[in-house]
Amino acid sequence: MLFQDVIFWLLAAVGVAAALGVVLLRDIFRAALLLVVVFLTIAGHFFLLAAEFVGVVQVLIYAGAISILIIFALMLTQNVQQGNLPNRLQIPAVMISVLLLTVLAAVFMDTDWRLLSDLPGPLGAGLVDVAFRDTTFSLAKLLLESYALAFAAAAVLLLASIIGALSLVRER
Amino acid sequence: MDLEKFLILSAVLFCIGIYGVLARRNAITVFMSLELMFTAVTLAAVAMSRYVASRQVLANPGDASEAVLQTLLTGQVFALFIIVVAAAEIALGLGIVIAFYRSRETVDISQANLMSR
Repeated sequence: MLFQDVIFWLLAAVGVAAALGVVLLRDIFRAALLLVVVFLTIAGHFFLLAAEFVGVVQVLIYAGAISILIIFALMLTQNVQQGNLPNRLQIPAVMISVLLLTVLAAVFMDTDWRLLSDLPGPLGAGLVDVAFRDTTFSLAKLLLESYALAFAAAAVLLLASIIGALSLVRER
Repeated sequence: MDLEKFLILSAVLFCIGIYGVLARRNAITVFMSLELMFTAVTLAAVAMSRYVASRQVLANPGDASEAVLQTLLTGQVFALFIIVVAAAEIALGLGIVIAFYRSRETVDISQANLMSR
């Protein structure tokens, strides 16, 4: 457990520092590269949470595809040297995010979570062992049985977004 | 404390994202902050799925059948769908940014004021 805690705090510190860099750095290209670091630390958290399939998807889609798209858009708009300027909402934005963070943290600490580890006897630990042993197999069954309709809708959404993006950027 | 530390980390990332969306002028930085918020929510969903007992588990104590165990993975399914929606959103959003850049020669969203005239 101690080893996992060390990994958690390491990933959390790197992730939060990189996330601050994403929004605060003047150089947008460096900010985009720091965004990749954030995505990779989140993938590390997924592995800690026994969600290995979601972790791999995170690396492939977020750290791979989405960050490449963002860097491409940066290059196409040729605006890197202009930098990452703040607007007039600087102080309200800080206030809103700090306020929201306080409220969220208070709610998280105050809520009486029904935790798996609080289940009576050996039940909780045993359940965790069985349920999270082979999540890829179970996720495949869930996606293609219980959530088959949402799965198909996601495919249609991706197709629609491909067509939409193509028609948006087409030269007239 | 195990669940709460993940949730608070996700809240911190989400709030950094909100700051970026509200206070930055470059449209691409706004998109990167949106992605930060998406991925923070994904982290919360996966953490919930790992630590919180689902209703079906609470209703059938001692039952380790597949149907009950699969309810524990709902958060991971949510995370996958969030990732799909984020991918669709970023493709369309960057398309809009590039179209905007073509017509205005800038990605400064304070210049996106066609509707306010």
